[in-house]
Amino acid sequence: MGLRTKLPLILGCVLLGVMIAFAVAPDVFSPMDPLAFDYDALLAPPSAAHWFGTDQFGRDMLSRTISASRIDLQIAIFAMAGPLLIGSLIGLLVGWFGGVADAVFGRLADLVVTFPFLVLVIAIVAVLGPGLINMYIAVALVGWVVYAKLMRGEVRVQRSLDYVAAGRVLGYSTSRVLFRHVLPNAVRSVLVYAVTDMALAILLGSSLGYLGLGAQPPEAEWGVLIADGKNFFDTAPWISLAPGVAIVAAGLGFSLVGDGLASLLDVKR
Amino acid sequence: MNRGTWLLGRLAQIVPTFVLIGLLTFVLARLLPGDPISAVLGDHASDATVARLTAQMGLDQPIPIQFLHFMQGVMSGHLGDSIAYRIPVTQLIGERLPVTLALTAMSMVIAVALAIPLAFIAAIEADRWPDLLIRGVFQVGLSTPIFYVALLLLTVFAAWLGLFPVGGYGDGMMEHLWHLFLPACTLAFSFAAVLMRSLRGAILAVLTAEFVDFARSKGIRRRIILMRHVLRNALIATVSLIGLNVGSLLGGAVITESVFAVPGVGRLMVDSIFARDYPVIQALTLALAVLVSLAFLITDIVQMTLDPRVAR
Repeated sequence: MGLRTKLPLILGCVLLGVMIAFAVAPDVFSPMDPLAFDYDALLAPPSAAHWFGTDQFGRDMLSRTISASRIDLQIAIFAMAGPLLIGSLIGLLVGWFGGVADAVFGRLADLVVTFPFLVLVIAIVAVLGPGLINMYIAVALVGWVVYAKLMRGEVRVQRSLDYVAAGRVLGYSTSRVLFRHVLPNAVRSVLVYAVTDMALAILLGSSLGYLGLGAQPPEAEWGVLIADGKNFFDTAPWISLAPGVAIVAAGLGFSLVGDGLASLLDVKR
Repeated sequence: MNRGTWLLGRLAQIVPTFVLIGLLTFVLARLLPGDPISAVLGDHASDATVARLTAQMGLDQPIPIQFLHFMQGVMSGHLGDSIAYRIPVTQLIGERLPVTLALTAMSMVIAVALAIPLAFIAAIEADRWPDLLIRGVFQVGLSTPIFYVALLLLTVFAAWLGLFPVGGYGDGMMEHLWHLFLPACTLAFSFAAVLMRSLRGAILAVLTAEFVDFARSKGIRRRIILMRHVLRNALIATVSLIGLNVGSLLGGAVITESVFAVPGVGRLMVDSIFARDYPVIQALTLALAVLVSLAFLITDIVQMTLDPRVAR
């Protein structure tokens, strides 16, 4: 593997490294207190004192963005983990046992894709009420299908391989074959997809935050920060600059690492 | 299987799909926690009022009966009244849907016009700098949330340069197009990225296919091969990609319309959540899913016309 194919992966790792560092220790990296009002610098444009300017309360946008990393990283993890766990388990079971359950799963999967992803998530959030927890529930209810399809396909390939037959001949129980042997072999491509999915999770989380359906103020989240400043888009457009760049960098980081891992591990997409 | 039988079979599939869409929408509204009565009346209604509305909305019936009533309503176009607008939901959606459809159609045209030539350049120049540049730009595009693209376009082209309106829909055909241009570009950007990515792969696959080698060995000029064989296959791929992505375009329209204050169903959906207008949310979810399944149907038919192998 040449440097040219590795370069995107390295860039992705650097971007994610910065994001994780910001999320773990925001106080170390923030130049000032993200909540401190500065009445002498309301809506101040970028300057040496405030690299990315300030908002309508004079809060430093760079510091606000850095301290919001924590919530967005949390979104990337939890909005991916729910669908991953539910989908993998269902995919493992229907892929292994087949039959009626598999047929029902096929119908259900076809049905869910006719609903626009965002519309279905928003509809569920509408019933449950806005907020991060409800957003995770909604994403899990809709997003598991993709993981289940992936896992089902992998399990069906593994099922016919020799090591599975060997396990059976040795008298291993179904659950031992399934969870100790098939799962570790089938899970690789699912995990690689999960990394790319974290990029989508960041986009979805910040979009719902922007619409007021995800993270709720005062929870600092990049989409919420941009929504905070949207009334000043013509007079103080810099408010959205730092959080916007952060979303793009995080999304880029996860998708570059996902793509890089896929080609490194030779996982078919 | 001949084309007629295939078409009949495909058309027949739409019936169970519609019933299942209805079932899922119904389940969403009735079985998730969250009580439709207190949502409508608030927490301080008297018991008598609650009982009357429960009976009026048919919520005292067994669940299967409720589902039958719901499906009857869907069939006859009675989906209840909007709580916020106090008019039938179907009328409300009927007024707003054309706006969203126009926006989506416009963004498809822009995206295809952008993606096909760029995908050709990227595939022909594969792994050289034009390819890397095009892919790099779209990679960043795929990582940029729609609402941020919308805000950037709004700030630069509407607020600073004053070339386009800041929001709204205007009156008359020309004004509609003018108002929808920036929102359509917003939606088109991410869709073009998806299209470009898959088309580049599809074109590369065709370029290395045996029939292209054969055509070249017969001495047919490169340009004619590109136009006649590669473009045709690329178009078939484009059609199926458009069909597959109608759902994400409609989802994107929800966000775009909210940023640009376009009075379509997407903005209606977000407004309805804050107004707790459950009948509208339910009907919109249903309508958009029906729309997507119709788009799948049309895609399949168009694809079969372009490529008869589909029916076999």
